[in-house]
Amino acid sequence: MDQNRAPLYEALEKHRKDRIVHFDVPGHKGGRGNKELSLFLGEKCLKADVNSMKPLDNLNYPVSVIKEAQQLAAEAFGAHICFFIVNGTTSAVQAMVMSACKAGEKILMPRNVHISALNALILSGAIPVYIDPGINNRLGIALGMSMADIKKAIEEHSDAKAILVNNPTYYGICSNLKEIVELAHSHNMLVLVDEAHGTHFYFGDNMPVSAMKAGADMAAVSMHKTGGSLTQSSLLLCGKNVNHDYVRQIIGLTQTTSASYLLLVSLDLARKNLSLNGKEIFNKISELAEYARKEINNLGGYYAFSHELVNNVNIYNFDTTKLSINTREIGLAGIEVYDILRDDYDIQVEFGDLGNILAVVSAGDRAMEIERLISALYEIKRLYAKEPANMFDHNYIQPEVVYTPRKAFYANKKMMSLKDSKGKVSGEFVMAYPPGIPVLAPGEKITAEIIDYISYAKEKGSVMMGPQDMDLKNILVLEG
Amino acid sequence: MDLWFTEYYTKNARFSIKVDKHIVSVESEYQRIDVFDSYLFGRVLVLDGYLMLTEKDEFIYHEMMTHIPMAVNPKIRDVLVIGAGDGGVVRELTKYDSIERIDMAEIDKMVVDICKEYLPLTACKLDDERVKIYYEDGLKFVRSKENAYDLIIVDSTDPFGPGEDLFTKEFYGNCYKALKDSGILVNQHESPYYPNDALAAKRTHQRINSVFPVAKVYQAHIPTYPSGHWLFGFASKGLDPITDLDPDWNSLSIKTRYYNMDLHKGCFALPNYVKELFENA
Repeated sequence: MDQNRAPLYEALEKHRKDRIVHFDVPGHKGGRGNKELSLFLGEKCLKADVNSMKPLDNLNYPVSVIKEAQQLAAEAFGAHICFFIVNGTTSAVQAMVMSACKAGEKILMPRNVHISALNALILSGAIPVYIDPGINNRLGIALGMSMADIKKAIEEHSDAKAILVNNPTYYGICSNLKEIVELAHSHNMLVLVDEAHGTHFYFGDNMPVSAMKAGADMAAVSMHKTGGSLTQSSLLLCGKNVNHDYVRQIIGLTQTTSASYLLLVSLDLARKNLSLNGKEIFNKISELAEYARKEINNLGGYYAFSHELVNNVNIYNFDTTKLSINTREIGLAGIEVYDILRDDYDIQVEFGDLGNILAVVSAGDRAMEIERLISALYEIKRLYAKEPANMFDHNYIQPEVVYTPRKAFYANKKMMSLKDSKGKVSGEFVMAYPPGIPVLAPGEKITAEIIDYISYAKEKGSVMMGPQDMDLKNILVLEG
Repeated sequence: MDLWFTEYYTKNARFSIKVDKHIVSVESEYQRIDVFDSYLFGRVLVLDGYLMLTEKDEFIYHEMMTHIPMAVNPKIRDVLVIGAGDGGVVRELTKYDSIERIDMAEIDKMVVDICKEYLPLTACKLDDERVKIYYEDGLKFVRSKENAYDLIIVDSTDPFGPGEDLFTKEFYGNCYKALKDSGILVNQHESPYYPNDALAAKRTHQRINSVFPVAKVYQAHIPTYPSGHWLFGFASKGLDPITDLDPDWNSLSIKTRYYNMDLHKGCFALPNYVKELFENA
């Protein structure tokens, strides 16, 4: 196929030039019905905000230009089939889990997954078997899964239908995907990869192996994160082993029937750009991130970690485009540095947790922005550094699972004060967002450590999400 | 021939100069650089379509950037100039025999090369033996320096494009650290008049004020800059631009066309609307 083409983009261009009169939705009709929005976003943008129609195909039943655009993307990513997703990678992850497991079937996964994967367990009724990801004590972050732990879990739960791998993690940690695929396939399990932060694995040089290359069966790829498409657009990639017509039906259970063409065309053009220029783009990103890491480590007090972490156990590889920086040595929580960067220096980084910040370096960055980040970090250290005493040192607490997420979510529950909830079973999620990895999921026991973690994270300025009580003074627990 | 150069001050106001002939136009890694001859203003340097200097009025800008701090602290020995690829600030600095070292961090070598070739009026002292030019980003240069300079002069382009990082809090913070205890920072501070320039001036003052204990603003009249009313920042770790003014500056017999000691005292007196702009900052 010709990767220079962008069928959806071409069809939208033709549609614009044809000056079609619209008696369909959207009602703003090219922006005329909402002048302020049109001025803000640009008329061209609103004119491209159209609905499905014959010449523009239909995402839920693609037969022409969307189908072609998806085929081009499949080729570019080395997948058998590719689905464009407009409900975020969240819905791609949910489609993977729900395609692989029916209610009551088991799925192996690490617990340090994104909320979307845990939500999928509630939707599908699949039963999670958690594999301990291990923790790096210095950084306080959860890692990848070790082969030994995976082997043990597969042997103990040979009836599991699939294994979900989080690769790379938000922080850049990779597991041994190739071996996981071999082992899982030899036990007739599907391999699902949450590759939200790994779009670049498909195009850059010297990158960790991508899910499709490793032979995984499905992968959720956030094109909008490092691939250059619009926020909320994503790809679901499938290998040969999965019934993709069934996957399409599963996607259709929850995906909108009014897919945004702005999102869709952004996927088409981002795929074209990555196919043609991806190698250069990601080489430049790697260089910028590497430079920043070196300079930040020279500042002292910060630790921008990388490949040296690799231990071939729970860190098989590291994604060097991730600029993850540990801030503990300057006596500030990551979330505090995150807040100072934005409030005082007009620099927004991706997230800050208790011990780290993550800066996303991508195609839009120039040397100047990197210098600003480095200089601001220096200033923060100069002005605010203190003794790293009494700091909570980890972001991940191994859960004690009592019930499956679905059973707990739908169980009879009562509201009680969080501080008195020790020993109870949680009926809801609690997570700092970002990064959105729950510290507590429905069905997990509330421990003193978890209560301490939550109050510490709140005190440091983390936004805690999930519970019905948005102040998180109270929490829903299972009755009895 | 009816050839005109036009710069838009806002979408609804513009300034035009009749061009005699276009001398050079190149695209560097960072910006487009143009030099042309005009009938009224002599030779003109333009970066990315924005007028940087004309031969006729550049002296105002360069004298005001340089002699204000030099007259406050005549003991200045080590100077860092950021940007200033046209050489005008360096030309003024070299009038002081007391200065021992002038480091210049200019990101764009091509600007310096073009100015050396086509703008000798300003670039004439760039080869002075005290001058050392570093072709790198000003922010990157300054963040590795500590307690190293008596004076930093920031002669940047506008707060968008390649000079954007020279208007940030992290830049001013790193300048603070690079200065000695008696250090002074002078910067071009945009104009208070047109709304976008005024917003930039306000934000710049906010940031400098949050870093330096002394942060004052002074003004000059520069006919070819937007509105003709231009501001400069004087920030220091303690020296006050008026009460610490050295009464003996005249004895140095430095020849200037705009600057004098009376004007020094007067230029810190700002119009009410400008004071309000900064009071609300």
